[in-house]
Amino acid sequence: MNTIFALTGVVIKELYRRKDFYVLFFLTALITVGLGFVNFFNDDKIVRYLKEVCLLLIWISSLVIAIATAARQIPAERENRTIFPLLAKPVTRAQVIVGKFLGCWLACGLVLLVFYVFFGVIAGSREHHWPLLNYFQVLWLHWTMLAVVIAFVLFGSVVFAAPSSNTTISFVIVLGILFIGKYLGEVSTRQPEPVRTIVYTLYFLIPHLEWYDVRERLAFDQKLIPWGYVLLASVYAWFYSAFLLWATGLVFRRKPLNA
Amino acid sequence: MEPIVEVKNLRVEYRAPNRRQAKKVAVNGLNLRVNAGEVFGFLGPNGAGKTTTMNVLLGFVEATSGDAFLFGVNVREPIARQRIGYLPELTYYYKFLTAEEILRFYAKIFGLPAAEADRRIDHLLKLVELEPARKRPLKTYSKGMQQRVGIAQALINDPDLLILDEPTSGLDPLGRMKVREIIQRLKNEGKTVFFSSHELGEVETICDRVAIINQGELKVEGSVSQLVAQHQANLEQIFLKIIGYQPQLAA
Repeated sequence: MNTIFALTGVVIKELYRRKDFYVLFFLTALITVGLGFVNFFNDDKIVRYLKEVCLLLIWISSLVIAIATAARQIPAERENRTIFPLLAKPVTRAQVIVGKFLGCWLACGLVLLVFYVFFGVIAGSREHHWPLLNYFQVLWLHWTMLAVVIAFVLFGSVVFAAPSSNTTISFVIVLGILFIGKYLGEVSTRQPEPVRTIVYTLYFLIPHLEWYDVRERLAFDQKLIPWGYVLLASVYAWFYSAFLLWATGLVFRRKPLNA
Repeated sequence: MEPIVEVKNLRVEYRAPNRRQAKKVAVNGLNLRVNAGEVFGFLGPNGAGKTTTMNVLLGFVEATSGDAFLFGVNVREPIARQRIGYLPELTYYYKFLTAEEILRFYAKIFGLPAAEADRRIDHLLKLVELEPARKRPLKTYSKGMQQRVGIAQALINDPDLLILDEPTSGLDPLGRMKVREIIQRLKNEGKTVFFSSHELGEVETICDRVAIINQGELKVEGSVSQLVAQHQANLEQIFLKIIGYQPQLAA
């Protein structure tokens, strides 16, 4: 585990020494605080809109950070050749994959924590209401969903030649799942064969990231999700992440180290 | 006595970029033995198969056939690399980390306790004369300084075997001298050093034994003094003769 934790630490250091996070956080904060001072049409539901906008920005920022960070990890190791002194130590390629995954996931967890604390302070200062368990559930499910995204992007990083193509393809697929994933089952029933079977199979194969988007629980002050469902959703995400990491390991094992 | 490095009938083939072309044989039937406490020079012209052999020893490349062992452990096992230090030809480290952080990172990989890691980091940064720059990110270092970080990271686990790939390549005379001093110091401490170099004068000064390979095949292996006596020439002349260089044709 020493090796994995050491790699994890490097990924986290890399994230906070780059400017991506600060830029995205600053933009989110600026837009949210700016909107907070504007009273559109004297609408008394302005706080709710503010919360929705802020949560949407947090989602976009977290996806940008998770995908961009994960996409560059292995290609950067190969291009900068830092993989050579690393693998010259008693380190396996599987440990590199797991270390990179954990590093990206923990780094994204820290980023989410900062964003949600900011969101909580803004929303709480307006509403004087602090539903901490709701915050925990929303943050936890969001973070768990990012585990699948990161594992998926890492897999893409050993399959696609260029990090930019991996980033673009990953964004399209992740956004596609988030927006239309839940409709695939319904869509399949209206299709002729063999499209029906293909779409229906796809519906069961894709990780349903949209399940983890529970922003409305905070935006509309809805009640808590049963904890059993949270646990099931977490196990589902961990299963997909583990599967994707395993696949990444299989491909990376045969990959030449030179980029 | 068990050799520290042992290569048996090693053959490495690379797939040609074009499938119609034949596979490229980088190393063909190579046999090597490096004993404990030796400084072993691994020589050959560019493309001879030196780096490929080192890559097999370090587990970067799988042998097509044959085997390689470090401390009697097959190089396919990651644990074979527990007691080695590796210095690549060029500096390949995380530029956003400081020298101290890089060394701490590698110390963690070797599972060194924090106090021991601190002690070794202090010692190594003094040894490579980077103490004043220890908190600066590597991206602000000169090439020579980065190479010295490389030496420090290669020594972080107090290795019994050092594999150095052209350690003085691209360094100024002062940098070369420092690297030579460090190799000499390691030799005096009884460490085994396996290194490739094109600086034949340097090899002649430091090495106990050398191997010269060309086109993937071992051409000669022996102690420097024995080769010099046998060929009545210096190492550079021996090297040029063995790789088939004919001065009259070049002239």
